[in-house]
Amino acid sequence: MNTFTDTSPTALLAKRLHLDLPLLMGLLLLAGIGLVTLYSAGGQDMDVVMRQLMRLGIGFAVMFTVAQIPPSALRRWTPWIYGVGMAALIAVLVIGVIGKGAQRWLDLGPIRFQPSEMMKVAVPAMIAWYFAEKPLPPRLSHVFMAVALFLVPFTLVAKQPDLGTALLIGSAGGAALLFAGIRWRLVGYAFLAFIPTAVLAWMYGLREYQRQRILMFLDAESDPLGAGYHIIQSKIAVGSGGIYGKGWLNGTQSHLEFLPERHTDFIFAVFGEEFGLFGAVLLLAVYFFVIWRGLSISVNAQDTFTRLLAGSLIISLLVYVFVNIGMVTGLLPVVGVPLPLLSYGGSSLVTLMAGFGILMSVQTHRKLVNT
Amino acid sequence: MARGIALKDSSRETSLFRARAILAGTLAAVLLLLLLSRLVYLQVTRHDHFTTLSQANRVNIQPIAPTRGLIYDRNGLVLAENLPTFSLEIVPERVEDMEATLAAIGRIIAVSEADLERFYVELKRRRRFEEVPLRFKLSDEEVAAVAVNRHRLPGVEISSRLSRHYPWSNHTSHIVGYVGRIAEPELRAIDTSNYAATTHIGKVGVERSYEDALHGKVGYEQVETNARGRALRVLERTPPVPGKNLHLSIDLRLQVAAEEAFGEEHGALVAIDPKTGAVLALVSMPGYDPNLFVNGIDAETYRALADSPDRPLFNRALRGQYPPGSTIKPVVGLGGLETGTVDPGDHTFCRGYYTLEGDSHRYRDWRKGGHGPVNLHDAINQSCDVYFYDLAHTMGIDKLADYLRHFGFGARTGIDIVGEASGLLPTRDWKRKVHRQPWYPGETLITGIGQGFLLATPLQLAAHVATLSSGGVRLRPQVVATIEDPATGVQQALSPEVLEKVPVKNPDHWRQVVAAMSDVVHGARGTARGIARDITYRLAGKTGTAQVFGIKQDEEYDEEKISKKLRDHALFVSFAPVDDPRIAVAVLVENGGGGSTVAAPIARKVMDRYLVEQAGTVEAAGESPQ
Repeated sequence: MNTFTDTSPTALLAKRLHLDLPLLMGLLLLAGIGLVTLYSAGGQDMDVVMRQLMRLGIGFAVMFTVAQIPPSALRRWTPWIYGVGMAALIAVLVIGVIGKGAQRWLDLGPIRFQPSEMMKVAVPAMIAWYFAEKPLPPRLSHVFMAVALFLVPFTLVAKQPDLGTALLIGSAGGAALLFAGIRWRLVGYAFLAFIPTAVLAWMYGLREYQRQRILMFLDAESDPLGAGYHIIQSKIAVGSGGIYGKGWLNGTQSHLEFLPERHTDFIFAVFGEEFGLFGAVLLLAVYFFVIWRGLSISVNAQDTFTRLLAGSLIISLLVYVFVNIGMVTGLLPVVGVPLPLLSYGGSSLVTLMAGFGILMSVQTHRKLVNT
Repeated sequence: MARGIALKDSSRETSLFRARAILAGTLAAVLLLLLLSRLVYLQVTRHDHFTTLSQANRVNIQPIAPTRGLIYDRNGLVLAENLPTFSLEIVPERVEDMEATLAAIGRIIAVSEADLERFYVELKRRRRFEEVPLRFKLSDEEVAAVAVNRHRLPGVEISSRLSRHYPWSNHTSHIVGYVGRIAEPELRAIDTSNYAATTHIGKVGVERSYEDALHGKVGYEQVETNARGRALRVLERTPPVPGKNLHLSIDLRLQVAAEEAFGEEHGALVAIDPKTGAVLALVSMPGYDPNLFVNGIDAETYRALADSPDRPLFNRALRGQYPPGSTIKPVVGLGGLETGTVDPGDHTFCRGYYTLEGDSHRYRDWRKGGHGPVNLHDAINQSCDVYFYDLAHTMGIDKLADYLRHFGFGARTGIDIVGEASGLLPTRDWKRKVHRQPWYPGETLITGIGQGFLLATPLQLAAHVATLSSGGVRLRPQVVATIEDPATGVQQALSPEVLEKVPVKNPDHWRQVVAAMSDVVHGARGTARGIARDITYRLAGKTGTAQVFGIKQDEEYDEEKISKKLRDHALFVSFAPVDDPRIAVAVLVENGGGGSTVAAPIARKVMDRYLVEQAGTVEAAGESPQ
């Protein structure tokens, strides 16, 4: 765990470049698996693979750049980044109201900017910043403040409506609170308070069609022409893969257009069909390795800010993986959450890699003092 | 900074964080193991099941369109039905070269640009293995021609679909409306999975406002298919839930009789049951053939309808806004009594015109010589304008507008057909906002005789006279009476909805106004006494004339000289029988001239039909379904 005492030439070079080798290896491995799966999922179209390769290049470049920034600077910028993110979220909501539809993007001339993406990092950073100088475990009033810090952006994003991103923002905020040492008693109370609120809202706050929509959301398979279609087809794909899989490029289900979104959110179905349980165990193992590495970075971090930030960012990764694979295998309702580094697509990849950059920065900017 | 650090217990925090991090690691392991166990379940335990589904044969989910509900009139006559027609459909998955196939079909049967355009829109909407319709309503010859060539056209199929048909054609066009193909903007507003197999949607009329009830719920089949998309067997089937049947309160016999009474005239008629708000007839003349719209109307026919000076597509009963003219005098008079502005015995001297103090303008009565001394009864009976100028002036626009509002003027009636206009009830505020001008006293006078800014739809006029006849109970006009579930036969009656109860100060006032309206028809000097011949029941009414254009102070209105387009609209509002009203009728004849000679006889015919000849059969209406 104490890699900073490692004196081999590679380790020293990595340290100078502010890279964490174990984490980097894990990420490269995932990106490699992703490209291989994508080649199959995208109908063996090399263009798709090249485009994703370019996105990954940008992602790793972002990670490398962020890793160079010392955590102290990150900490100074945090309130500003959070503030700008909130302002942008509100702007998106206002424009969305005018445009009468779900709105996630803010058009800044040549750049299209998705503020909710940015909040995936800004929210845990802000809570870490807030607790940085506070005595921990936090007092009740501090907990309330911290809850507000993530509940407001969570609500704004959920209203867009982008449940997937809202879920990630909410869980990153919740993770920061738990890492801050919030007492279990409080967690219990919050849970107890949640149940009657939800029941009351269900009985009086919601209209019939809204209840229907939630029921449909929770039981997608009752709607086999809409959301349920994806689930039925992806379960067939994964299930027919068996223990050893049908082999690379041999997934019948995914190649006959039965599987929708097969190179984005549902890419795990292709992976599961072609590489079977065997491949899935390996993939989950790599994810677990990356999560374990992230947690150990946070444990070794030297102050409250970096500790909380690193810890909640890595919990985000866990949520990504669990929600995505849970959804593809029909364990969880369908929420638009990509599978990190495997799903085709750019916007969430950049945020994700920025998060890993922060982890590397935390790991490699530690001062050589023994605390 | 220093104080902050002083409060923090660094070693305690570190150990606390370490404990939480270990917990997080454990959580990660548990969640990933949970995923793993799910994968074991899918890939090991149920592997065979999923392999069966995925191997040589695959599962398709095919939506099945529900049957659209039927629409009946109150006597059970079918107004909207579903007839089988043949259409040509293409399964995209089985077509190798779409362009070539379409060209080949084009050589066998006629395929228009519009057909192709719509086909491509649908093509994008549907899955590759779902049929996309190209042509509807194939003739027997076309069906045969395609059948002969079928071996050359893989993926092309003839299918029998149900198509909407309106047997009573233009008699029901302004009530029932029609369905048409789902258009691109409508796609965004509907639940696309519920409409996965549906091609048509209600566009106007009852077809549109009751779309949800009429449509039903989509069904689906899980079909095992071979690799080419052909269905081998049905694994699971959820039948569609057919749409609900609607029973209208419209009496088609009455509707047809009313339309015939119009002859060649244009205009509108609305008949309402004042006890329930049920709409018995809703006429807008002329009508049009709604069947033209069901499977796409060609541009030429459409332009002819849309540009016709007769405006057949315009629903005059709901959307036409006309000055109500003298037809509002009974309610204005009632307002005068109820607000204490006048007493029934008060007399006004009518010398043929009325002037305001300090204003030389002469507000003229329709009778040049004047009516002499008149009280309220005479004023309604003979439609004296001067009496109402004076009454409106004394009452003031605020009280007048408030009272008219009780009877539904200036607001939509809330009828269950979309697209109704709200009319216009002018007030001081309205004029300041819209015209940026103060309210002038002269405008109060002409509002008192239903001219000026005041506008009402024929539906509002019928609803207001229904309210008057029922002692002030204002009901929501309803076209649909009951909704029937075709599966169970259970009928759910829509109950009458009271929108407002007009405050009644003195029931005598109401009786006096009704008595005056009765004398309009049955009195020796009533303006509509011409329709009283051979009448077997008591009918209360009020004639009206709405100016289409103003004439100058010193000009005479000479019907002969004015072209038909600019002639006054003739109006008549009425209800019967006076003692126990069962029907309220408003008639508007566009450019018809006087209300007494043109509009009132139409109302009389409708009432005769409803109250006297009720026993008549459908055939007696003189029309048979087309």
